[in-house]
Amino acid sequence: MTNKITDSQARKFPTGDSGGKTLFDKIWDAHVVSIIENGPTQLYIDRHFCHEVTSPQAFNGLRTRGLKVYRPDKTTMTADHNTPTINQELPVKDPISKNQLDQFAKNAAEFGMPIFYPLGHEKNGVVHIIGPENGFTQPGMTIVCGDSHTSTHGAFGTIAFGIGTSEVEMVLATQCILQSRPKTMRITFDGNLNNGVTSKDLALYMISKLTTGGATGYFVEYAGEAVRNMTMEQRMTVCNLSIEMGARGGLIAPDETTFNYVKGREFAPKGEEWEEKLAFWKTLKSDDDAVFDMELTFDASEIQPMITYGTNPGMGMGIHESIPTLDEIDEAGRISFQKSLEYMGFEPGEKLLGKPIDYVFLGSCTNGRIEDFRLFTNYVKGRKKADNVTAWLVPGSWKVRQQIEAEGLDKILEEAGFALRQPGCSACLAMNDDKVPAGKYAVSTSNRNFEGRQGPGARTILAGPLVAAAAAVNGKITMP
Amino acid sequence: MNYQNNSENKDKSAQTPPSGGWGAGSLISTVVPLPIENVDTDQIIPARFLKATDKNGFGDNLFADWRYNKDGSPKTDFVLNNPVYSGEILVAGKNFGSGSSREHAAWAIAGYGFKVVVSSFFADIFKNNALNNGILPVVVSSEFLAEIFASVNENPKTTLTVDLVNQTISNNTSGKSETFEINAYKKDCLLNGFDDIDYLLSKKDLIEKWEKKKPNP
Repeated sequence: MTNKITDSQARKFPTGDSGGKTLFDKIWDAHVVSIIENGPTQLYIDRHFCHEVTSPQAFNGLRTRGLKVYRPDKTTMTADHNTPTINQELPVKDPISKNQLDQFAKNAAEFGMPIFYPLGHEKNGVVHIIGPENGFTQPGMTIVCGDSHTSTHGAFGTIAFGIGTSEVEMVLATQCILQSRPKTMRITFDGNLNNGVTSKDLALYMISKLTTGGATGYFVEYAGEAVRNMTMEQRMTVCNLSIEMGARGGLIAPDETTFNYVKGREFAPKGEEWEEKLAFWKTLKSDDDAVFDMELTFDASEIQPMITYGTNPGMGMGIHESIPTLDEIDEAGRISFQKSLEYMGFEPGEKLLGKPIDYVFLGSCTNGRIEDFRLFTNYVKGRKKADNVTAWLVPGSWKVRQQIEAEGLDKILEEAGFALRQPGCSACLAMNDDKVPAGKYAVSTSNRNFEGRQGPGARTILAGPLVAAAAAVNGKITMP
Repeated sequence: MNYQNNSENKDKSAQTPPSGGWGAGSLISTVVPLPIENVDTDQIIPARFLKATDKNGFGDNLFADWRYNKDGSPKTDFVLNNPVYSGEILVAGKNFGSGSSREHAAWAIAGYGFKVVVSSFFADIFKNNALNNGILPVVVSSEFLAEIFASVNENPKTTLTVDLVNQTISNNTSGKSETFEINAYKKDCLLNGFDDIDYLLSKKDLIEKWEKKKPNP
């Protein structure tokens, strides 16, 4: 495949493990409670985020064992995955969804969880959006959640990763988790992104080079000029997508951009505690002589707006490029490649520019923040939504939605034929009613183009908010 | 959509405790081959089935969108619906279990009755979830994986022996064997039915000590 680094190529530069410490090493080592000989490490968790879908069985487990939650104040609970994005003020229609949401509330009450943001709460929203937004996410922390996109919080210089429900139970019961130490990788982006190229494009580009499993077993540190020049929200988009190349997580050393973002948020340290923490946070970076297990470097200025053509996030290409031909795919991968293109209704070697599309989804923990809505709105301002497109614009949280309204973006969107919905994970995983019908094409700012991800038979083309905006007004894949 | 009434395979998780089953230390079984790469957890168990609040019943919806038509009837070309293939070992293409952290994927695999998943490469979160539910993920070389697929293709009655105690996997048709990695702690957990929560609860004193003396502000 053109411009692809295969697994074996990507792994040919291991650099051993001597020298100074990486940022990952520093945070990990500071949280080790014990190490099991020939086994995993017992790691202390500073912040646990919890949502309704991956937690009920964990609370049940506590009940069965007769356990309490060990540190209730270190868990933040929000309902997001299984929630409607219209009429949230009315009872949830789907009885099975309603039962799960009711159970979530019951668990919060029964176990005395002090930080609980149910549907309709002013701080409710997508878990990886409300965490940073309210100041729960702070540099140097260990953070987990029963959700693979927990890597988002790495943007603040944290070790943040997704866990299973058994592990959620471990954290609730003991504030600790057992984990094997991953290897470290540094990915440096030299130069700067061109105008009209977003951090989502950078991430999709990187994943297309590494493939969907290319960083499995690694924790990634993102570095370089392009990353330094990003806002916190742009950094969150990059770290969010770390899991899509298999990485355990991704992190960025905190700097003034980080500190300015955190300062003043509700759960951020204040006064003397702020000064003390800030002094510590400033030490959080990889030593100059730190050695990573793998180093990769990309030139950010080469990146173009990206789209995906297949059924995993590694199957991405520049918007002008063509889908690889069969002879560009190694033999073991051809069955999967063909299955993928059949599902998408695309041909090997095809160009997708100009391809008509049916749905546009702006939102998710990847691109559901205020800057994403600003980019989208700025593009559609003075234009009109294409008649053939159904657009779902779903803010990541109530605070994001309020900000959209405060800036008057909702009025501009309305004039262009778009309506805002209420916050939640929505069409990213289509657990609620926001499902793309079978066979329809959706240009989506979310994180996964897996088969059926946005509804059974739905065909997802991942992109950044600008490409999504261009698709929404032109009704087809268009260079923004 | 609810496929639960249309399945012939009754969920077996009710009979099998999640972390038991490895007391004997080894397993001989025919296999179910799935030569697809990058099988993500959305395929293993689609999101619309994640609304349950217990761990039962997921086996009936394992690979639901590959396994059933829209009306709930079985898709005859999918391997789980092919009576030629059965067994407690699932063999899949590289990078099995990528994507979402949903442990429901492990519950679905265990619930269907699989005890072992063999691949040349597993996603990290899935690997942990599998081990926490008594499923053994066995990593083999890509050559050995290709050979298993070839043997099973030629003779669906091919069996594999998975020996957890000695950490070996053997293709009983070709006679070829490989060793596999598992950390000693997890092996002990599988063999004895221990879980991580038991272990962590036994370390409460260390946790409290760490909290009092934590190294950073």
